[in-house]
Amino acid sequence: MNDLVLHLDNIQKNFGGLSALSDVNLQVEEGTTHAIIGPNGAGKSTLLNVCIGRLKPDAGHVTFYGEELTGRKPHEIAQMGVARVFQTPEIFPEMSLLENVMLPAFSKRDGAFSMNAHKLLSRQGDIRDEAEHILEDVGLQEQMMTEAGSLSRGDKRRLELGMCLILKPRLLLLDEPTAGMSRHDTNSTIDLLKKIKSRGMTKVIIEHDMHVVFSLADKVSVLARGQIIAGGTPEEVREDPKVKEAYLGGAH
Amino acid sequence: MKIGTMNDLTRFLIFAVVILAMPVWLDPLGGNYPDLLQKFAIYGIFAIGFNILFGLTGYLSFGHAAFLGVGSYAAVWSFKLFTMNAIPALMFGVLFAGALALIIGFLSLRRSGIYFSILTLAFAQMSYNLAYSVLTPITNGETGLQLAQSDPRVIDNMFVEASAGLPSTNLFGLTMSGYPGFYFCAALLILGFFISMRIFRSPFGLMLKGIKSNQNRMMYTGLNTRPYMLTAFVISGMYAGLAGSLLAITDPLAGAERMQWTASGEVVLMTILGGVGTLVGPMIGAGLIKYFENIFSAFNDTVLAEMFSYLPDALVELVVPVVGLFVGSGWHLTLGLLFVVVVIFLPGGIVEGVDKLVKFIRNREKNVGGKVTPQDQPGE
Ligand SMILES: Nc1ncnc2c1ncn2[C@@H]1O[C@H](COP(=O)(O)OP(=O)(O)OP(=O)(O)O)[C@@H](O)[C@H]1O
Ligand SMILES: [Mg+2]
Repeated sequence: MNDLVLHLDNIQKNFGGLSALSDVNLQVEEGTTHAIIGPNGAGKSTLLNVCIGRLKPDAGHVTFYGEELTGRKPHEIAQMGVARVFQTPEIFPEMSLLENVMLPAFSKRDGAFSMNAHKLLSRQGDIRDEAEHILEDVGLQEQMMTEAGSLSRGDKRRLELGMCLILKPRLLLLDEPTAGMSRHDTNSTIDLLKKIKSRGMTKVIIEHDMHVVFSLADKVSVLARGQIIAGGTPEEVREDPKVKEAYLGGAH
Repeated sequence: MKIGTMNDLTRFLIFAVVILAMPVWLDPLGGNYPDLLQKFAIYGIFAIGFNILFGLTGYLSFGHAAFLGVGSYAAVWSFKLFTMNAIPALMFGVLFAGALALIIGFLSLRRSGIYFSILTLAFAQMSYNLAYSVLTPITNGETGLQLAQSDPRVIDNMFVEASAGLPSTNLFGLTMSGYPGFYFCAALLILGFFISMRIFRSPFGLMLKGIKSNQNRMMYTGLNTRPYMLTAFVISGMYAGLAGSLLAITDPLAGAERMQWTASGEVVLMTILGGVGTLVGPMIGAGLIKYFENIFSAFNDTVLAEMFSYLPDALVELVVPVVGLFVGSGWHLTLGLLFVVVVIFLPGGIVEGVDKLVKFIRNREKNVGGKVTPQDQPGE
């Protein structure tokens, strides 16, 4: 079972009386792009929060390459190789784009805490080169020295994607990476994500834009009211009557 | 050259020269007294260290006076027990302050924001109260810890016979009062500034800024934030301990009032007044506050009456009491007003104010001259 990157086993999460996730099972295989779709409030972001240790599930387990993630601290999970692009971009608004991309590399290198003064105090030529390279990948190299807070919403997402890519994660979780982007930017993001995929990075992507889902996903799971109601290849899911109902009707 | 883009070596050299030349340029400003100069340097160290915590991480400690006080006590004990030499005294000061900072920081950093500030304040007030009560054998309570003829001073007594009268603090024979005392403090200030600059420019400093800017992002990219925060807290506590030991080195006594919350508040004011998170801001803030404290607190009603003697008597009787509120022991009122003005009109402190002024003048010159030379382009 080595090729199973992420495994959610009967995850349950309640907020007060609201059952945000109930009996969610999900398996993500190595090298694949797994899309999660579903109407607003279905529990998609909650599912990612459980994976990265922001929320503890009330029941069930999350494993990553066979290792238990439930109960671990967020920074430990990140150190294991799980990175996430958030639904509202989490960046460093007062810093330059370059610093924004360099910082995660430092977190990755020294995150577990080291008191190696030489390393901690020296100038970092190699990490800077790498960051510039990443900024080129996400198409922001020209604005390298601008303040991140002044970017458009779409550019902030691309920056955050770059901040995750420099971590070279083994699993990348993306929460609506193209929301707020123009058609043109969406397409270039799709190209970028395809390129990442060809390098073999495993991804879970939450997306409302079906065009994005169909261009990228190998597998799709449909989440509605906290439950996975359908799953399979994009074509299978598109034809599933339950999915149409969840998106169109909905009132039970 | 613009302040914001100055190269670090230049910045450091200017800083060093300005500090070492203080006796020269403060002379016409009436600030050239060794006692006052020492205070500038010592409180500069205190504020620069405080800024490593507050400026980089955004965590506002309201209890740094505790470390200042511990630094003083440790230094005086070093004089009493071992030697009048300044070096062991400051090493003990830094060490004990660092140890206390480790404990207080470990406990306080479990919370953030206002709760962190209140925890640090509470721990500092506890230290202050302990110094007055149970710890009296160590602190000598209200009288304060002083040197005595009967002190063991084991190291000194191995080499020379104790003389009559109290010995003075020294650096291998050089007496640590007056100008030598100032230059000793100034050298340490310059060293402290250098270290702070290195921290600001390092990955460590950048990570601390990252915690201030977006702690979540740091966590979800794998940073275990707490030990780094604690390191910053301990470093700034050690700066405070160094400042405290220098207070004792230049004037060998230590009292609990040094640990009071007003002293913690003062370093907050200094940092904010000068510019939080800037390299030189805290030094400027510390210098200004100590300078004005010295000038304003020297005034009393007789001096004021003399100053306003050109006014009709009736007016003098009116003006003197009003002005008197703001000077002498009431100078804190002036400080408060100054602080309010800075926070409202210049939230980035004096350094930001100067930056704005430079930009303004430059723009006006440009408009008047009508020509823009390449060197004046933004981004230079
Ligand atoms: N921390 C929280 N506390 C309480 N309720 C929450 C919390 N987080 C999410 N919820 C609730 O759980 C449900 C699922 O939220 P979630 O954010 O996971 O939905 P989503 O599928 O990501 O929706 P969207 O498409 O709008 O992003 C919603 O009803 C939401 O209000
Ligand atoms: Mg969501």
